[in-house]
Amino acid sequence: MPDDFEPRIVAFFCNWCTYLAADLAGTSRIKYLPNAEVVRVMCSGRVDVQFVLKAFAKGADGVLIGGCHPGDCHYQEGNYKALRRYRLLRRLLRQMGIEDERLRLEWISAAEGDRVRVVIDEMVATLKRLGPLRKAEEERAHLTEVA
Amino acid sequence: MKPKVAFYWCASCGGCEEAVLDLAEGVLNVVAAVDIVFWPVALDFKEKDISAMDDGSIAISFINGAVRTSHQLEMARLLRRKSKLVVAFGACAQLGGIPGLANLTTAAGILAEVYGDAGTPELQFRDDGHALTLPKLFDSVFALDRAIPVDYYVPGCPPSPKIVSDMFQALLDEPLPEPGAVLAPDHAMCDECPRRDTRPQELKLDRFYRVQERMLDMDRCILAQGLPCLGPATRAGCGSRCIAGNMPCTGCFGPTSHMRDYGGKALCSIASVIEGNETAQIDRVFEGIVDPVGTFYRYSLPSSFLERKRLE
Repeated sequence: MPDDFEPRIVAFFCNWCTYLAADLAGTSRIKYLPNAEVVRVMCSGRVDVQFVLKAFAKGADGVLIGGCHPGDCHYQEGNYKALRRYRLLRRLLRQMGIEDERLRLEWISAAEGDRVRVVIDEMVATLKRLGPLRKAEEERAHLTEVA
Repeated sequence: MKPKVAFYWCASCGGCEEAVLDLAEGVLNVVAAVDIVFWPVALDFKEKDISAMDDGSIAISFINGAVRTSHQLEMARLLRRKSKLVVAFGACAQLGGIPGLANLTTAAGILAEVYGDAGTPELQFRDDGHALTLPKLFDSVFALDRAIPVDYYVPGCPPSPKIVSDMFQALLDEPLPEPGAVLAPDHAMCDECPRRDTRPQELKLDRFYRVQERMLDMDRCILAQGLPCLGPATRAGCGSRCIAGNMPCTGCFGPTSHMRDYGGKALCSIASVIEGNETAQIDRVFEGIVDPVGTFYRYSLPSSFLERKRLE
């Protein structure tokens, strides 16, 4: 693996907790690695499994979902819905050859700006160790077989 | 002059061919309305007969089965060239189907599993002065529209008689359906389920069963009885034949137009009917789903976002 591999993370952050935490990290001038592309969603429970699969298919090396702590969901139990999907999805991804560490679900409240830094920096380090997912390249290789 | 039609099969089990005959006496109307120029399973036309035809001279080619060998790819291309319309007929052609589960392994993996130490056949050999070249088995299985442009899709494993007769009606008369249409209703299978009224407003399952583990009531919602019935995520139009046989929906009619990745959406729908807010409890509930890919992508792995297992 080349030393200069920079993993790409698609991060789905909930509007009420984790997105505000990322905002707080910014206003607090906390520095974290620039590898995550944040997508704001209203709730972690809005994160359809299709979003995660599409991110991997289009070249993400990792997907991070951030929601409110258990009991704190703005919509009562959207984060529990996210947790249930996540637990089943990671087993499905394992069958597809995608390691557990590439999909991460984290509860980060609006007050935990520094936690955003810790989680993203950790995830970048982990993905550097795992290397690229190469899903997008694989797809191109496919097309050539039938093209 | 009657419109010329062709039937062909790629990687499939033959069930789709039967589905045409399942029209029973209705098949006579079809035969009367068209001129069948190619149908390897039933009639003795050869590939060279098709090659000799003018491009675009076949009105409709109905192709069932996924594409997984070089020969199937060649035939799909040949029929595409000769036909005005190509219909992906059945789940394998539309989505990849059951053969699509081979995308969890590779050609080498399959050949090793099947032939073991006996060695795999040579792709080329000569016998008695004749040279024979076997088609190449691809590492991946493809839905038909990955290999050639497809005009219409007919879902099902196999398509039900009503879907098939509606299809002939829709395609043999003007005006034609919208290009790219799936020729089946565009709502969830649950909406047409005869047990629909027994589905609870809110479901909180604490475990899942496999079909062989439970005697099912004949008249109650199968999902409510703890089987991962995929009716909530699956396109309607099948006539609820599995439900009538007291079996859960396994999703052969595929996605409605409101989703892109069938298995991802089916997983969401099953994950939304369980109880548990803690990891350990949730994992226990899902233990009954022993094979998530086989459960949610039984008919559609090649047409999913991920398409296949990651190559090492």
